[in-house]
Parts: sequence; C-alpha cells; structure tokens
Amino acid sequence: MTNHGTDMAEFTLPKNSKIKAGKHFPAKSGAKKLRTFRIYRWTPDDGENPRVDTYEVDLAACGPMVLDALIKIKNEIDPTLTFRRSCREGICGSCAMNIDGTNTLACTKAIEDCPSGDVKIYPLPHMPVVKDLVPDLTHFYAQLASVKPWLRAETPPPPDKERLQSKEDRAKLDGLYECILCACCTTSCPSYWWNSERYLGPAVLLQAYRWIVDSRDEDTGARLDELEDPFKLYRCHTIMNCARTCPKGLNPAKAIAETKKLIAERAG
Amino acid sequence: MSNLRTPLKNALGLGSAKQGAHHFIVQRLTAVALLFLSLWFVWTVLGALHGDYAAARALVAQPFNAVLMLAFIVAVFWHAQLGLQVVVEDYVHTRWLEVALQIAIKFLCFLGGAASALAVIRIALGR
Repeated sequence: MTNHGTDMAEFTLPKNSKIKAGKHFPAKSGAKKLRTFRIYRWTPDDGENPRVDTYEVDLAACGPMVLDALIKIKNEIDPTLTFRRSCREGICGSCAMNIDGTNTLACTKAIEDCPSGDVKIYPLPHMPVVKDLVPDLTHFYAQLASVKPWLRAETPPPPDKERLQSKEDRAKLDGLYECILCACCTTSCPSYWWNSERYLGPAVLLQAYRWIVDSRDEDTGARLDELEDPFKLYRCHTIMNCARTCPKGLNPAKAIAETKKLIAERAG
Repeated sequence: MSNLRTPLKNALGLGSAKQGAHHFIVQRLTAVALLFLSLWFVWTVLGALHGDYAAARALVAQPFNAVLMLAFIVAVFWHAQLGLQVVVEDYVHTRWLEVALQIAIKFLCFLGGAASALAVIRIALGR
C-alpha cells in the first residue's frame, strides 16, 4: 500500500500526484445563491496528474447537504464526477471524504456549516485513489477482518434463547456499536499515514475493543494477545484526530487507551 | 494486487509480536519520575548558578543530591531511548537504516548515562 519503496515517511506528494489547476464550470445565468465547490479530480484512464475542478452551484435549487451539491453537480453539470454514496443519512459511511480540511460524511455535512469561501472537497487522505473522491479501502477492510470482529465463545448459546447480557454490560457498548466504519478517523491519523501496513488504525482498534468489552465474548485474552504489538496497537500516540473528526461523535482514542490499560493490567 | 497475495495476508503480516506492554509501562513510569526529578534538578542547578566550580562540586557531593542526580540520569537516558526508538519506528522505513539507528540510539543513551553517572559517583566519592 502506501510507503512501499520509500525511505522515510512521505511528507510531499510524488510527482505524478501533484495537483494541477482544472476546469471551471460556471453557473447558468439567473442563478440566485451561488457557492463554488473545488473538487479533486483524478482518473486512472488518461495518465494525467490530479486536478481541482471548480463548480458553481445555485444553492437556491439544491438540497442543504454537501452530498446534495455533489449529486446536483453529477446530475446537471458534470456526469463524470465520481463518488460513493448510498443512504444519505449517515448510517452507511459510503460518502466519507475530506470537506474543508476535515474528514466527514458529505450527507450529514451542511453546506452552510462550511466556512465562507469555496467548499473544498478531496478524497480521504493518504489512501490510494480509485477515481476522483473514491479511495481504495481494500487494506482497511482486510485489517478489520484480521481482528475477527464477531462474537467468539466456547460456551454454546442456550438452546432456547439468546446469549443474555446485563444492562450494565450492554451499556459498555455505547459509544462503540455506533461506528459505521466510514474510515474518517483512520485516514485522519498521522500514525496511520506513516505506518498503515502495520498499524491497525483507530476504526479497527475501536472495533477490536468493542468485542474485548462485550460480556458475551470469551476470547478476550486472545484478542489482547493479537493487539499487543508495537505497531498494531502502540503506534497510537494519542494525537486525537480520530475523536475530533468522527462524524458520529465517537472517541476511538479512548477505546485504544482502554485497550492499553487492559493489557497493562494483565501484565501485573 | 500485483503480488497475488490476498488483502488479508497483507493485513496479518508477520502477526502480533505479543509484546509492547513493558515499553508502554516503563515509558510512563520514567515520565512520572522525571516530572519530579526534573523540578528538583532545575531547582538544584539554579541554586548553583552563582557559585564557583568548587561550590558546584560540593553541591553534587552531598549524598541526597548525588542519589537524586543518579536517579535523574537513569530516568532521562532510559526515557530518551524509549522515545527515540518510537520516533525511528514511526518515520524511518528503510530497514538497514532503521536497525543502524536503533542500535546507535541504544549505545549512545547507555554511554551518555554511564558517563554522567560516573561523573556524579566520582564527585560523590571525592575522587
């Protein structure tokens, strides 16, 4: 993935990733409430460098969210613009992207909450780009699979009912189960930028902790064994970008800190 | 992927080292020690600011100061080694350079600590 074949952490873009000025799409005459969107464009098909295209959108004829503007641009101005979207209500995580310098969901980010001036939209940082605003999340999903994020128990479930959990134990999953795996946090983390091959990143570590604290899961020790690693877990240096950027208001850094505390606790 | 490995194979890598807790704990332990020792150190050095060389030697030679000075030296170099190790792990991804730097950091921190400790011990024992 990233960093292969490089000597040090990458602080500048490689030559073929340097962004050039792009096309300008002015609004049709008669537009009432103009807002300009500056959007990162790159396609693997033409061998060109990435560019930033500017689109003037009439907000008087557009929904309130950034995703509404993207869909309007794709439908009415430039059908080549490529992005992921599905639920448009902050539960699928598809439209995660970098809007005005912060990773968030385009569907829950109101255009009027973007600071004045042009709205800048880029793909999630430091991931390989498939096209335009679509990042390649293959490695991210594989890292999630690597922590086996499902209930692991020796004891079979009772034959006539579910595995039960006290209300107190269920409450421990609050702030964890809400994660939609949009990758906003992981791709905002500098530790993940420099060491994504080995560091699991905030989203996957939050998911791992979600099963570590689940009272019904019996594989806690093995889960902690798998995480106790200088790179998988301890690359987290409490930078806190994850908590600041999470569009669901979760705190992956806290889940990571709790995991470190449990590992320290069993060490004596 | 051009190397025909599955994404999961890449994500799993060499597996978990099953260690890291000790590094984590000692880094915090030395940090807590330095919180107090640094204050004491600055306080003591300020006290020696306007004295001469002989006065500074006499200050270090006091058993109380000599012991805390040794503790400060151990904590500083141990903590520095742990911190620099993490910086190199974070940013240096050329294997031979990383290994060379990690060895150099450990050697230099040990030598710096040993030399500093010897200096304090010689003064404390009046040699």
